[in-house]
Amino acid sequence: MDTFLQQLVNGVTLGSVYAIVALGYTMVYGIIQLINFAHGEVVMLGAMVAYSVIVALAGAGGALPPLAILAIATLTAIPVCMVVGYLLERVAYRPLRRAPRLAPLITAIGLSIVLQNIALIIWTRNPLPYPQVIATVPYRLTATPDGATITNVQIGIIGLSIVMMAGLLLLVYRTRFGVAMRAVAQNPQVAGLMGIDINRIISATFALGAALAAVAGVMDASYYGVAHYQMGFLLGLKAFSAAVLGGIGNLAGAMLGGLLMGMIEALGAGYVGELTNLCHLSGWSDALAQRCVNDPHLELFGSNYQDVFAFVVLILVLVFRPSGLLGERVSDRA
Amino acid sequence: MNHSAPGMKTSVAAPLAQPLPGVRRPATAWIGIVLLAVALAVLPFVLTGIGTAWVRITNLAILYCFLALGLNIVVGFAGLLDLGYIAFYGVGAYTYALLASPHFGLHLPFWIILPIGALIACLFGVLLGAPTLKLRGDYLAIVTLGFGEIVRIFLNNLSRPFNLTNGAQGITLIDPFRIDGFTFGKPHTIGSLVVSTPVNYYYFLLIVLVAVIVLNLRLQNSRVGRAWEAIREDEIAARAMGINTRNMKLLAFAMGASFGGIAGGMFSAMQQFISPESFVLVESIMVLSMVVLGGMGNVFGVIVGALLLSYVPEVLRYTVGPAQMALFGRTLIDPEVIRMLMFGLALVLMMLFRPAGILPSAVRKREFETARRPGNGQGTP
Repeated sequence: MDTFLQQLVNGVTLGSVYAIVALGYTMVYGIIQLINFAHGEVVMLGAMVAYSVIVALAGAGGALPPLAILAIATLTAIPVCMVVGYLLERVAYRPLRRAPRLAPLITAIGLSIVLQNIALIIWTRNPLPYPQVIATVPYRLTATPDGATITNVQIGIIGLSIVMMAGLLLLVYRTRFGVAMRAVAQNPQVAGLMGIDINRIISATFALGAALAAVAGVMDASYYGVAHYQMGFLLGLKAFSAAVLGGIGNLAGAMLGGLLMGMIEALGAGYVGELTNLCHLSGWSDALAQRCVNDPHLELFGSNYQDVFAFVVLILVLVFRPSGLLGERVSDRA
Repeated sequence: MNHSAPGMKTSVAAPLAQPLPGVRRPATAWIGIVLLAVALAVLPFVLTGIGTAWVRITNLAILYCFLALGLNIVVGFAGLLDLGYIAFYGVGAYTYALLASPHFGLHLPFWIILPIGALIACLFGVLLGAPTLKLRGDYLAIVTLGFGEIVRIFLNNLSRPFNLTNGAQGITLIDPFRIDGFTFGKPHTIGSLVVSTPVNYYYFLLIVLVAVIVLNLRLQNSRVGRAWEAIREDEIAARAMGINTRNMKLLAFAMGASFGGIAGGMFSAMQQFISPESFVLVESIMVLSMVVLGGMGNVFGVIVGALLLSYVPEVLRYTVGPAQMALFGRTLIDPEVIRMLMFGLALVLMMLFRPAGILPSAVRKREFETARRPGNGQGTP
């Protein structure tokens, strides 16, 4: 049972990061009904900017406590990402609001390539070892000596995610800005007539999503201990899948979808090898039994298929329940 | 009916009834075609004079033309944005590699394998198309992207427990094309003329390319092509007109995929080595850039796009590196990075300033113009 508990802890940690990124997708989708294809790149930039700050601060004598270094780095990454998110909207989405649907998608793909390659020029093409400013301390969850553990970094990631999600919900449901945002999402024309500056609200939504993405980038890179100029691509795709799973356009859906996606991935990676081990069929075939004597791990799929789960979930959701778990919107309008 | 009034109404008034180029003024058109054919026939020898590398580059450019034309069927004709197109190229390439290499000890002739590759790629196309038919454009884009990644991950990992694809190492020693003892993989001498390996392939690719272009032009003006266009413009209206949208979309996926499969087989034979590295997302985006840059839906536009994006980076490779060396004494920015930046910027700038492409198809152009006119609805989906 310990593998299960351990993978569950990992899954929840991973899921918290996905949820934060998924919120960015879902907010933008809710307000302009478009997928922000370059959102993953904003996550990557957040991790990269924070990396540079951490390296600079940690190298400058190390007088600051580790938590302060991490906080300063994240607080530097947030405004940078907000500016990038704002520019993305101005360049890729605003001029094309009337154009056919595919046009903004293609500009966003173009910008995501540009951002990746700018990052490549600044931070090289090598994976950067993310400085572990906070020493990882594992806490035992069970009584057995080699049982499941949860680290302080994992607790930090989960805690920070909860705080951010709560903050976002307060912002959207308890402030004037939130009311304006929801009004624009419901009907931009009428919202405009009520005196809301639609363009400002849309820009602010992109910036808000980018701020969340910056934090998610720092969390992801600290968790895996590595940052790379292409890290945003897969992370973005999985988070998008999570947003679709929860019901795109729905904030609670993105959170639920993110957590579920994290757990599906962690449990899937943990168990798929054992489940598809052909040696379980040894009783059926002598040849197979022979091979299993030498090689008991005759697995059809291993944990190296981890990245496939998100896509399979995405396709299944889109085929069987395109509105997602909590969503009401239909996704099959032509 | 004014067939007898040459010179009148040369502007394209009705794009659907647009005749094939060359039909209108036969004599001049034929002279043009003959001149072009001669130029293309001599081209490899001119290029060999500059450097054999340029013949190889030209061959790859022609392969990209195939891919771009195949993707154009899906994206340009039927309006389905496919971001995982390179998966079909990969499927075709691996089919050829597995059936004509020492990996399984099979050495089938290429004219058997290429159709098999096209068929398998076609099956994959239907496999991808069937569950995604109902999805709207941007969802479809993401799902196809995911599909492309899944295929790549499988190619990378299917070396265990049974070694199907040899994993990340890829497959080596793939057979070149052979016809009755004549192998494309070796230079041949005709009189005093040496025809090198890439030149052999060049002629083969050129002939196939011409066939593919003719096929595409005929397809565009056919009943099927018009049905795709109708679906692209308004799916609900198309269905009301009695078009079986499901079958038509599947057909677009299947046809686009088979083009990719054939191109993959030729790539395999030319390179004699393939690995999953060649079938990454960046390649899908590159082919998409070609289609978008050239002009979605216009066969000649797409070819211009493919040639442009194949040659310009190579020219950059030979100029940017040395230029940086001369200016700064070292390579500051990798030409590969510049190439990618160029792709990205090309996609953005094209969409912003000339969304219908360099050589736009008439319908597309009209579509973007009405979309831009102020006061015309609000972002028609």
